[in-house]
Amino acid sequence: MGPIRDSFIFEFLYCHLSLEASCSSVRIINIAFIPESLSWISFSLTAFFWIFVFVNAALIGVLALIWGERRLIGKFQARLGPNRWGPLGLFTPVADAIKVMFKEDIEPTLSDKLIYVLAPILMVVPVFMIFPIIPYGTKTFLTNISVGVVFVLAITSINSLSVLMAGWASGNRFAIIGGIRAVAMLLSYEIPMGISAAGVVIVAGSLSLSGVVNSQVIPNAIFQPLGFITFLIASTAELNRSPFDITEAESELVAGYMTDYSSMKFGLFYLGEFMATIASSAIIVTFYFSGWRGPSFIPSEIWFLTKWIGVIAIFIWFRATFPRLRIDQIMSLAWKGLFELSLINVLVLALMIAIWPDPTGIQLLIMTVINWIVFLVSVYIFGKILSPNLTGNKIKKRSVIYGLD
Amino acid sequence: MSTELVTMNIGPIHPSTHGVFRMRVTFDGETIIDAEPIIGYLHRGSEKLAEERTYTQVVTLTDRMDYTASMTNNQAYILSVEKLSGITPSERGVWLRMIAAELQRIAAHSVAIGFLINDLGAWHTPLLYLLREREKILELFEMMCGARITNSYLRPGGVFMDAPDEFWPSLNRFLDEMPNRLDDIENLLTDNEIILARTQNVAILDKNDAINASITGPMLRASGIDWDLRHRNPYDYYEKISFRRPLGTVGDNNDRYLIRLHEIRESLKIVEQCLDLIEPGPVQPEEVPFLVRPPIGESYVPIEAPKGELGFYLVSDGGISPFRCHVRAPSLINLTLLRDMVIGYKIADLFVTFGSIDVNMGEVDR
Amino acid sequence: MTKVLTGSDIEDILSSKFMNQIEFIGDDYVQIINNDSLDVFNYLKIDQKYDLLSSVTSVDRISHFEVVYHLTSLQKNESMVVKIKCGEDRINPNLKSVVSVWRGAELQEREIYDLMGIMFEGHPNMKRLLLWENFEGHPLRKDFVS
Repeated sequence: MGPIRDSFIFEFLYCHLSLEASCSSVRIINIAFIPESLSWISFSLTAFFWIFVFVNAALIGVLALIWGERRLIGKFQARLGPNRWGPLGLFTPVADAIKVMFKEDIEPTLSDKLIYVLAPILMVVPVFMIFPIIPYGTKTFLTNISVGVVFVLAITSINSLSVLMAGWASGNRFAIIGGIRAVAMLLSYEIPMGISAAGVVIVAGSLSLSGVVNSQVIPNAIFQPLGFITFLIASTAELNRSPFDITEAESELVAGYMTDYSSMKFGLFYLGEFMATIASSAIIVTFYFSGWRGPSFIPSEIWFLTKWIGVIAIFIWFRATFPRLRIDQIMSLAWKGLFELSLINVLVLALMIAIWPDPTGIQLLIMTVINWIVFLVSVYIFGKILSPNLTGNKIKKRSVIYGLD
Repeated sequence: MSTELVTMNIGPIHPSTHGVFRMRVTFDGETIIDAEPIIGYLHRGSEKLAEERTYTQVVTLTDRMDYTASMTNNQAYILSVEKLSGITPSERGVWLRMIAAELQRIAAHSVAIGFLINDLGAWHTPLLYLLREREKILELFEMMCGARITNSYLRPGGVFMDAPDEFWPSLNRFLDEMPNRLDDIENLLTDNEIILARTQNVAILDKNDAINASITGPMLRASGIDWDLRHRNPYDYYEKISFRRPLGTVGDNNDRYLIRLHEIRESLKIVEQCLDLIEPGPVQPEEVPFLVRPPIGESYVPIEAPKGELGFYLVSDGGISPFRCHVRAPSLINLTLLRDMVIGYKIADLFVTFGSIDVNMGEVDR
Repeated sequence: MTKVLTGSDIEDILSSKFMNQIEFIGDDYVQIINNDSLDVFNYLKIDQKYDLLSSVTSVDRISHFEVVYHLTSLQKNESMVVKIKCGEDRINPNLKSVVSVWRGAELQEREIYDLMGIMFEGHPNMKRLLLWENFEGHPLRKDFVS
């Protein structure tokens, strides 16, 4: 059975099915009936059950997020948001989902049929793979793979391929511009994202997500603010969310790469996007907000969920307030700003870890202070340098003059 | 690096063309190298229709030109009719229509700023805040004349009915609240780094080019020309009113945004002064006939509409309907330089520039 | 207050150089002849500082067409009306385009061509503005029947 049995929730269910000898200690109620010789059946049943649970939880999570985003943005915009279907409009996304399924499925004549169909699938499937590896609580995780951080970075970069495929296959000029923009932007932001994640790994001394959570006596968001800010900005860009939503850019490209998609294919893009938001938030909670850790009078799962919703709310807040950046400004920000900032972060952390390989107590505090000083100084300096680079001209606050009588 | 040029039709159905505007744009990668505006999708032949309606009936046609600024359209038309037929308006009527016109200017500029920020990709938040303020003005209009958007409030000689008693306290409440709301908007938008980075030094319009291309209104003032017809050619009772004219210093998209925001504040002051000066009396002189029958002649009275210089060129042959009615539409003429302004900038700047010009397709196509 | 020049005021301005260009002096406008109209406009724009072309429009006077120019001087705060008569026989009315003098005439002249059917020579892009390319007739003409 190997490492999968590390997972408490997997083991729990498995042991209630299988009569395996090693299971007797885990079993609470004696209902197991599958003999040890047929352990593959109990293994498959358990696996199917958990796959079923995770996939559906992700889908329901998307519905909840759509509802939450619309309600919250409604509050930001001085209006109510959805409030007709069900209590507080809770069923609105369900109605939306049903509506999307019954829409006419249009395939443009000029489209490249195979790629056109594959693109939305490729958008959704990889995101499902992130949920099982995230530790949701002290014992609540499905699998704890030893290269979790690398796995996450690898999986999240697949969606740029999907966006390019969609833009290319649509045969629509809005879509192809959206697709090209997506590739340029997503690839650029992979780099600061990866380097920031390296900072997390250096501190944790482990590539597994459980290791990352366990290492955070002080949450990384406080311990290494520079890494947190670069990772947050980079993952906002990875998610194509405002202010980096140039690939969809409603006011410019209509809907960017998904202009020509309709019905459930469009629904899949929508699903993939929201699911990526949920997954990314979970990753940010794990990397920077010490995952499930928190005072033990509240169950660890509740801690995780609270932080999770908090990070999602930050993304929604971004969306409700920021205007969009232009493509050249976005690229400048990635290459002239975030890239260097994340390198500085890794450098400083690596030096400090080299001096104190196992920091405790006062050493952690000193490191935090140093990190904050580095954060404030470097952000200030880069702000000064970057501001003229973003626009070609130095931007400054301006006022009007008045005509003389 | 040069790439294959891409020619694209943007519009007439597109989220940020403010109606049915169409542009044929050629891109080199992300950079615009050519842009041709194509219009006419909302052409209703208002000028021809006006030739078959009486002078009073034409008022309803003017509402539907710039539908975000019906009151100023009415005003421009009525001033032209009054000059043509020699009608002296009643005093209260003029004050009422000045109040209406300035409120309309606030509403129109709110829409302009809101959609400009929307074109920047702000996901409707500033737009909805500004539309909320516009809504209050529309409610005031509803009190004044029963209509919100297509008002048809003005008549030759003044307005067709007096504002009811409950209008005045509501107006005062609006005037008290609005400066605070504007402060909110300014806190949210004016110093926002992203907005500054996106709008500053984009699509700079030179003074001389602007004058040469007959560009008027906030766009001309953003380029630094102090030309406001309310000040330079005070129609109605604007000479009794003092107000400042905000002027831009560079002439880019940011200036065009700032000018509109500051003009809202000035308009509020104008309404306050009008409230001090207005006195009871008839809203339309008794002697204005139902069918205005001006003598043979022609008239053109330009006014400062929210979009620029708006004027109706009316030619009378002595009949009950105009022989020729031409609209000098600021939205149309301000589009002249769109191509020159956007060439060399990015796709995203195209929409911001178009939003900052603030055209209304109802007025462009008529 | 913008001073609206009367016909005789405009005559005073034009008489020094273009006396023989003036065809008719009205109450508040001057009608100039079609030929060499660009010289008059250049003079008005550069020497007399009438730098803003407020409006260009046209009127179908049944016997002929009339193109009306509303000029404004921002510096002097004055405005004047200049008219040009064309198309006496209602066939092929044409005129010199003033786009080279005032860029602002670009769209307005296209609109006049579209709706009134007056051709402007020297316009960089003389095609229909509001109506579609294959539209027959010019709707603002008095003899247009829909």
